[in-house]
Formats: sequence, C-alpha cells, structure tokens
Amino acid sequence: MSDDLTTLRLRVNGETRAVVFPTHHTLLEVLREELALTGTKHGCELGECGACAVLVDGRPVLSCLALAAEMEGREIETVEGLQIGNELHPLQATFADLNAAQCGYCTPGILMTAKALLAENPRPSGDEIREALAGNLCRCTGYHKIVEAVDWAAARMRGEEGTPPAEVFYGSPVPDAPRV
Amino acid sequence: MRPFDYARPATREQAVQLLAATPGRAAVLAGGSDLLALMKDGVVTPERLVSLQGLQGDHTLRFLRYTAAAGFRIGALTTLADLAASEVLRLEHPVVAETAGRLAGPQIRNVATVGGNLCQRPRCWYFRSGFGLLAAREGASLVVAGDNRHHAILGNDGPAYFVTPSTLAPVLIALDAEVVLLGPQGERTIPLEKLYRLPLAEGEREHDLGPGEILTELQLGPAAGRQVGTWEVRQRETLDWSLATAAVALEMEDGRVKRARVVLGQVAPLPWTSREAESFLTGKTIDEAAADEAAKLAVQGAKPLSKNRYKVQLARVAVRRALLAATGLDREL
Repeated sequence: MSDDLTTLRLRVNGETRAVVFPTHHTLLEVLREELALTGTKHGCELGECGACAVLVDGRPVLSCLALAAEMEGREIETVEGLQIGNELHPLQATFADLNAAQCGYCTPGILMTAKALLAENPRPSGDEIREALAGNLCRCTGYHKIVEAVDWAAARMRGEEGTPPAEVFYGSPVPDAPRV
Repeated sequence: MRPFDYARPATREQAVQLLAATPGRAAVLAGGSDLLALMKDGVVTPERLVSLQGLQGDHTLRFLRYTAAAGFRIGALTTLADLAASEVLRLEHPVVAETAGRLAGPQIRNVATVGGNLCQRPRCWYFRSGFGLLAAREGASLVVAGDNRHHAILGNDGPAYFVTPSTLAPVLIALDAEVVLLGPQGERTIPLEKLYRLPLAEGEREHDLGPGEILTELQLGPAAGRQVGTWEVRQRETLDWSLATAAVALEMEDGRVKRARVVLGQVAPLPWTSREAESFLTGKTIDEAAADEAAKLAVQGAKPLSKNRYKVQLARVAVRRALLAATGLDREL
C-alpha cells in the first residue's frame, strides 16, 4: 500500500498552480489544505449536500467525490475566483443585497452552481433555477431567497434595471411596516 | 479515505491487466460518485484504483453513437448528464434520457457514468455500515430481524435481501439492452439482464464480472415501434433513491401485445423481470383492467419482510402506471 504524493499542475481560477498532495486526497481537500482556498466547504463528504460544489470545465461537480489526481488539464473554478477584479460577481452582490445567505455554509456551492446555470441559460425560470440547485441543500432552509437572488442576479447580468420589491428584502408585503 | 495506488492507464487492455494483477484488491474508478463514497465509509478498501479517465484515442469510453439500423453504442464513461442531453437518445428512447435526467442531483449527473450506474453497489444500510453485502451474523440475516423497510419483497429467499440500486437498469433491460465486458480473456457481449446475479456467499459480488473484467459499452437497439413506459416511486423529487420502479416495453401487432417486457427495480436483489405479467399481457389489448391484472400478477409472489409490506403496493402501482404510460392511457384518464 502506498501513501505516495502526486505532483500536478492544477488550473484553478485561471491560474496554474503546482501542487504536491497525497494521492488519495480529494479535490476538496487539496483546494482547502494545499491551496488554502477555504471558500469551498466540507459538508456531508458523501455527495448528498452540494456544499463542496465547484466548477470543472464550467460544469458543477462535487469536489468531495473527485480525486485531485484526476484534475490535470481541467479548469477548476471556486468561489474565490468568482469576483471580477475588485467587484463582486452579480450573484454575490445580489445574494448580499437580498440576504440570500443565512449561515452561509451552503452559499459557495450554490453560487458556483448558479454561475454554471446562468452561463448556459441567462433567463432561467423559477423551476429551472430550482432544478439546477436541486443538489444544493440549505439547512437554514432559506430556499425562497436563494431562488429569488439567482433570478435577480440573472436580470442584473442581462443588464436589466430594476429593484426587487420590498418584500424580497423584508419578507413582508407591507413595505411601510414600522422598523425598530 | 485510506491511501491507495493510483493507476491511469492509456489503453483498455492496460486497465484490464492492472485490475487482473491484483484481483479483489483493485477497483475501477470511473466517475467516482459511488466508489469514493464507499471508500470514505470504509465499506470497500481497494489497494489500487484503476482510473478509466486517462484512456486515450480509440480507447476512450465516453461516446454515444447512433445508427438507424443498429441503434446506440454508448461508452461506459458517458455521463448521466450526457444521456439526458442527447437529442438523438431523447427522440429514439425518451424514457432512457428522462430517467437519466431524473437521477441523483445535477452535480452528480455531471460525473456519474452509465457503467457506474449499472455497476453501483446497493444502498442497503447494513452493507453501507460495514456489515457486508449479505449482512449475516452467525448464519442469520440482520436484515430479516432488523430494519428492512427498504429491502427486497421479491427474490428474497436469502441470503440476499438488499435491493438493486440502479434506476436505469430496469428501463434498459426492458429495452433488451446488452453490455460489452472486457477482461483478460477478451471481450464478451451479454444481455444487461445477465450482468446481475444473486450473491450466495459473503465476498461474492452481485454483478457477473470476472477478475479484471470491466464494463466498456452499453448497446441499445432502435425503439422499433415498441411502446415504452416507466414509473418511479420515491419520497423526494431530487437527491433520492427510488422505493420502487417499473419499466415496460411492449411490441404491438394489430393493437395487441406481441411481446411484453416488464421489469421492476428496487424490489429484489436484482432487476426483477415479471414473467407472470409478461405472459399475461401477451396477446392482450391494454386497457385499465389488463394493466390492473398485470400489476397484480407482478407482485403476486411477493414475500414482504417485517417492515416493508408497503412496498408491495408501491410496486403494484408502479407496474400499473408504467403500463398506462406506455400505452398513452394515462393521458386519457
């Protein structure tokens, strides 16, 4: 039985990174431990929660169920690569504006999965958003805001002006409700 | 995960040799979505992983080819997302594309392969918790005495009580699909149905794969006018395994069934062909009453365990609805 190391050049967020890692480590472990990209989260570790979702060649996959050793020549994108220069990606900005993250643990996986969806389908319906995010569990169960945020981010990315209605921010159909 | 040797052969033959060199101690790595989860749980502890992702040129196994005469040749590394996205598959065999597109979740479908789906290991919680595929202690099955709510209702005379996990397999078997297996002695093509076997002793596998043998290709003939329908019962719409499925394929002649295939999934240790339902349907015109009777016959021999009597009803409903879907009657009701 071998516990040898693998040396690979990985393409992560547009950069080529030479990495040495134990051969049996997953992409998730190598991203977090060797590359210090801790935005991608350990969740269930068994492919059931989506917290570890990253993009490989533009498609969302679960980094907990991928061996880093299999990733040579693949383009890997993590949440750290999402912002554009000093600007947040519209998905990140909209998630923040709409409070679409509660504890935030599932958010990186959702952002990356949503990015892949919007690259393929710039005008998804609510059902299409829900279907694309079906593999991402949010245990705060804030799904409604997440779907709304992806919908509004898609609108922003299409260059549409507009402000979400007040209830999107306050969860109440009465925008003038007194605030503490 | 425990450490292992990682091999990335360039040819199919090298892959077979690497597997055959350490029989029982090497595992095939395709998409990894089942294997790596099993390894993390310590259910399997291979000393060597032979990845099929590095195969080169003509040896690659991710392809989907179609000819009108012969139908489909689908490489074992073709992903479920590939199947769901294939226009030609959706036209010729819509139920196959739809079934693939409904499995697991989107991220899993991007990596999970056809070969891996057909060769995935059972979801039995005794197996997944390290009690072995047959989960026997001192000659008695833990399943029979324990929590068997998800276990077999058919083909459960022992010693196997788990259920076959693949949702694709029953559909493909109903369509008379074949698989190509490559081993140290060369290639053989068998009906997909024959890939599955009942393990009789701990250590035996539920697939008819010899030492070093790998599944390389799925062959699926043209639809040829068959009426095909499926029904799947599960608790959640996504990220869930089926509780019971049924797939039917009917060759019709003058409005009557000339030949029927009725295959159930998740009810027995292997994809379960109901000869009773098939022979009943032959020569019949399908209406609601015939669908009811065939469904009744399909579960007639069921022997539910202490906690899974409900599955008899699920299986019965699945067969009935698959038949109605195949014949379009579900749209008229």
